[in-house]
Amino acid sequence: MTRSTVIVGASVGGVRTAQALRSAGYEGEVTLVGDEDVVPYDRPPLSKGLLAGTATAESVTLLTKPEARDLGIRLIVGRAARRLDAGQSFVELADGERLRYDDVVIATGSRPRPSPWGKPPGVHYVRTLGDAAALRKDLRRGGPLVVIGAGFVGAEVAATARQMGVTEVTLVDPVRVPMSRVIDPVTAARLGELHLANGVATRFGTRVEAIDQVAGGLAVRLAGGGVLPAATVVVGIGAIPNDEWLASSGLRVDGGLHCDDRCRAYGAPRVHAVGDVARWRHQGRGTQVRSEHWTNAVEQARYVAADIARPGEQGPYQPIEYAWSDQYDGKIQVTGQTGAGLHRVTAEHPDSARSFAVLYATQDGTLAGAVTVNWPKAALTARRAVAAGTPLAKVAWTCLIPGGYARTVSAT
Amino acid sequence: MPVLKADLSLCQGYANCVVAADDAFDIGDDGVVVLLRASFPESDRARLEAAARSCPAAALTVASG
Repeated sequence: MTRSTVIVGASVGGVRTAQALRSAGYEGEVTLVGDEDVVPYDRPPLSKGLLAGTATAESVTLLTKPEARDLGIRLIVGRAARRLDAGQSFVELADGERLRYDDVVIATGSRPRPSPWGKPPGVHYVRTLGDAAALRKDLRRGGPLVVIGAGFVGAEVAATARQMGVTEVTLVDPVRVPMSRVIDPVTAARLGELHLANGVATRFGTRVEAIDQVAGGLAVRLAGGGVLPAATVVVGIGAIPNDEWLASSGLRVDGGLHCDDRCRAYGAPRVHAVGDVARWRHQGRGTQVRSEHWTNAVEQARYVAADIARPGEQGPYQPIEYAWSDQYDGKIQVTGQTGAGLHRVTAEHPDSARSFAVLYATQDGTLAGAVTVNWPKAALTARRAVAAGTPLAKVAWTCLIPGGYARTVSAT
Repeated sequence: MPVLKADLSLCQGYANCVVAADDAFDIGDDGVVVLLRASFPESDRARLEAAARSCPAAALTVASG
């Protein structure tokens, strides 16, 4: 009997798994199931190009129906999975159809953390093509816009709104220095300054108490008494893994599907997980981790596809984190570990006041991560050095900058 | 034989391609991808396709030459 792999979730993790199975020479059946009623598409442009109108639904398509056919991928869209039976090895769709598998890949992603302040008309999330289209329509009518949550998505929405000509934009976050859980506070504060420099007002360290419907629009009520009038509000306060449909599977599900260091579910080695919904044991960290980043989904998809096509040939999955964010004219790239408590060296680009790099090292001096702005070459150099376990002292600044040194280098 | 193509106007310097296949791609000092070789043996196709699909900007394609 032909082998069969069922992939549940048709965003980038699921699509890349299907493609990588074929690249790896897998000859079994491949079925890709997505709950949205559109062909698979890429999500990073939702807060950028799709909102601004420089990208289209067509330009962000990840897999067309003809491409799926050419690769021998059965593409099922508009149908959600409601149950996994890991003992009998089938996935049950909402309409009752059962898909038998030899291997199943759980790639159902995540959804926006719901607004605790309700969602009256004019309040938006940014997760789907429909979300982006609805938000674009409102933003084209102008502001004021209030963005709640200054993570990457919120910051990108604020930046794109400014680019679209929305004049009154306010970014609100309960944390005094947003992003400082993952990036050291000094550098995170510097990233936060991009907003002020681009005409976005910030209310950091301020909690939202309510979103009220008032005559003519919305009012965002802040703790401490302030009120921000708004025509449009975007809530970007994190994501929740879509794992509830696995509750009856008997597998360990708690903030994602728990997997071993090969991204295989504990107790069910033919159940694999990819992307936002996967919580796997990162051997280097010695703990279960989950990543919501695009690059991890793509790398994990390739890893899992190879594990299905040729089981047992790979070592544990322990990627080096990599994420990017494009805000205003700032191209931010984050690699590895960049939090507080690490040794830190900051270098200013010799030729561009808009570019800098911050390198982080552990106590023993090994390069642990980097944050760069408008300096892709430095980001790449750091990424390779982290992978190689290079000491910070050996990451020569001369390899970042052609024939020169950084304008200033400061260590703290 | 697989032949690499890059749309330099789309490249954003994310460098995932270099991490996936550093014998095929590099990032220049201007932050834009550099193709180190144009054509590769057939045995490299899967690896190059993976590298192309790791590009967040969809700037890379693997054609047949």
